[in-house]
Amino acid sequence: MWGRIYALIVKEMWAILRDPRARVILVVPPLVQLFVLGFATTLEVKNIDVGVYNRDSGAWSTEFVQRLSGSPNIRGLVWIRSPKELRSAIDNQRVIVAVSIDQRFSADIEAGRPVTIQAIFDGRRSNAAQIVSGYIERIAGEMGASLAPATASRRSQSVLTNWFNPNLDYLWFTMPALIVIISTVSGLGITALSVARERELGTFDQLMVSPLRVHEILIGKMVPPFLVGLFNASLYLILIPFAFGVPLTGSITLFYLALTFYLLALVGVGMLVSSLAQTQQQAFLGVFLVTVPATLLSGYASPVDNMPGWLQILAQANPPKHFLIVSEGVFLKAMPALDVLSNTWPLVIIASVTLTASAILFRARME
Amino acid sequence: MSAFNRQRFIALLVKETLQIVRDPSTFLIAFVLPMILLFLFGYGVSLDTTRIKIGLALQDTGAQARSLATAYERSTWFDVTGSRDVTSLKADLVAGNIRGIIVIPPDFGRRLDSRGDPASIQVITDGSMPNTAGFVAAYAEGIRASWAAGLADERGVQPLPPISLAQRFWFNPELTSRYFLVPGSIAIVMTMIGTLLTALVVAREWERGTMEALLATPIGMAEFLATKVIPYFILGLCSMTICTLIAIFIFGVPFLGSALALLAIASAFLVPALGQGLLISAVTKNQFVASQVALLSAFLPAMLLSGFLFEISSMPRIIQFITYVVPARYVIPPLQTVFAVGDLWGLFLRNIAVLLGFGAFFFLLAIRATRRRIA
Repeated sequence: MWGRIYALIVKEMWAILRDPRARVILVVPPLVQLFVLGFATTLEVKNIDVGVYNRDSGAWSTEFVQRLSGSPNIRGLVWIRSPKELRSAIDNQRVIVAVSIDQRFSADIEAGRPVTIQAIFDGRRSNAAQIVSGYIERIAGEMGASLAPATASRRSQSVLTNWFNPNLDYLWFTMPALIVIISTVSGLGITALSVARERELGTFDQLMVSPLRVHEILIGKMVPPFLVGLFNASLYLILIPFAFGVPLTGSITLFYLALTFYLLALVGVGMLVSSLAQTQQQAFLGVFLVTVPATLLSGYASPVDNMPGWLQILAQANPPKHFLIVSEGVFLKAMPALDVLSNTWPLVIIASVTLTASAILFRARME
Repeated sequence: MSAFNRQRFIALLVKETLQIVRDPSTFLIAFVLPMILLFLFGYGVSLDTTRIKIGLALQDTGAQARSLATAYERSTWFDVTGSRDVTSLKADLVAGNIRGIIVIPPDFGRRLDSRGDPASIQVITDGSMPNTAGFVAAYAEGIRASWAAGLADERGVQPLPPISLAQRFWFNPELTSRYFLVPGSIAIVMTMIGTLLTALVVAREWERGTMEALLATPIGMAEFLATKVIPYFILGLCSMTICTLIAIFIFGVPFLGSALALLAIASAFLVPALGQGLLISAVTKNQFVASQVALLSAFLPAMLLSGFLFEISSMPRIIQFITYVVPARYVIPPLQTVFAVGDLWGLFLRNIAVLLGFGAFFFLLAIRATRRRIA
């Protein structure tokens, strides 16, 4: 039996690696994706333009404007001279926020009266607007604090520490997540399409009538995508710390343990899709139908915590959701074995359910 | 090449339409996938960080520390787990059960009453999720500041901060991310129909040789491509209409613009989308390769590089340059505007012009690629 499986694995590896174009497709797009997505998919807000409508000619408004232009997240200031211009600057998205300082600003500060600065945000970009509002608030707060008489007592403050990622560098989050996302896309695709292609060509029936048992065929089909996934993930595991400077703080053994079951779960889902598809086109659409929700609900595009409760329960069946936690944990948090295992056992369940189901479906097809 | 023949044109159009309607994958891409995407962006992908789970270590038993702790517990931003013990909270942070820790140290009350350094609370965030970490830090500080202001009030001390910020969020006062994600996802849906579906189906025709058979007939090239494209154009508009109705009536997204403007924007976007689909199929003539190319060159850029999910201005310069050649980049602002703001024809026409320019470019290339193929 092992000899038969071995021969089948060799055949499957050839089927994937024989074509030079296919060899390129297996490795190059994932690498390009790593670079482009790594830098593009950030929820940080940088290089913004801020509109300034300053009706005050005093020194204090100049001070505030200077503090604005000194902020590292603000790229440029756009001078606004009328409410109409302000409206148009926001409407046409030239600026994401416009601050409006009224005529008595400096005079009021001199007189020790509290002052208010108006800030108008473009709510079409709600996430960015919210983050920018934090920046502006901090600038106003700092300037206010420097003006405040140092009342001796009853002062409090908060001291901030960002664990695992002191400068909140978004790349540190994106890179470990991309290992998960990219291996999901390629793993599902390779598995589903390799079966569908044989089906369309009719060679799958030949396999079925050969002395091979159904589970042997399945194992033969599982090994190549598994090895390709292992290869790509290992490549990223080396690239991410060395080329992107993201720290790898946890145990590599634990990472590979979770990765093994993650890839098995992926291959299982891919097999399930291909056992339902008749043609390549159906398999492609099926993979697309699975991949898009799987990646969007993985916690990469937006945190799982933000989803409604019932969807969070549904997300438990989503393999990338679990492996994303492990990948982030092993890279940034030096995640202990117990936490890794508690995110790995759902993968074991998903893998066994999907693989068993696809074996049953294949067998049913055969009879 | 022969002159335009109306009867032949209509006959071909009917044939193409029937072919599309009978193909089950059309139904899947044009109606099932859009529903799933809309649903995902309506419910699943939310950037509204509400009720973040945090741990609170209250180590001071004094009245003031307790009142600050209550301020955190009552906040709508946080879902607070209390604990005396910071170590267990730290383990929760590593496991991802909570996203931040606030420590009120044992000497908080004493420091507050003394004249020395200000009394500090410690805010620890989970930096492995930078966006959430930023919100935790901002909300934690905000709650402390307003608590401190209220505290001074009772004692008759000047409570107002010298400079305050009056913030207003136009177009989306509640900052609901769904209001911009759902209109944006309509652009993704049109990309799927225009580029992905067209590329896939036309590539299959090349694969099977039915394309060559049709091109051998006396039909003109432009006429021929028009009969291929018009049914998908209509399909795209149908799907867009359904998505818009769902957005308005199921997700409650406000729609302040006019139907005419929406139609103009959507039509203008479908032109480059369809052109790209035709071009991909003519160049690759292979279903698998066409699907991969469409995915990489149209779907992913529309999703990631259009400013729909991620701010373009925050990307590195090189990637910002790439975004200029992504047609979806020019449809997201007008789409979001027609929903949230109303008809701003200046903004619309500018983007529509760019989209039509892209469309003309893609169609010219598609015609050339098709011609070379026959030669």
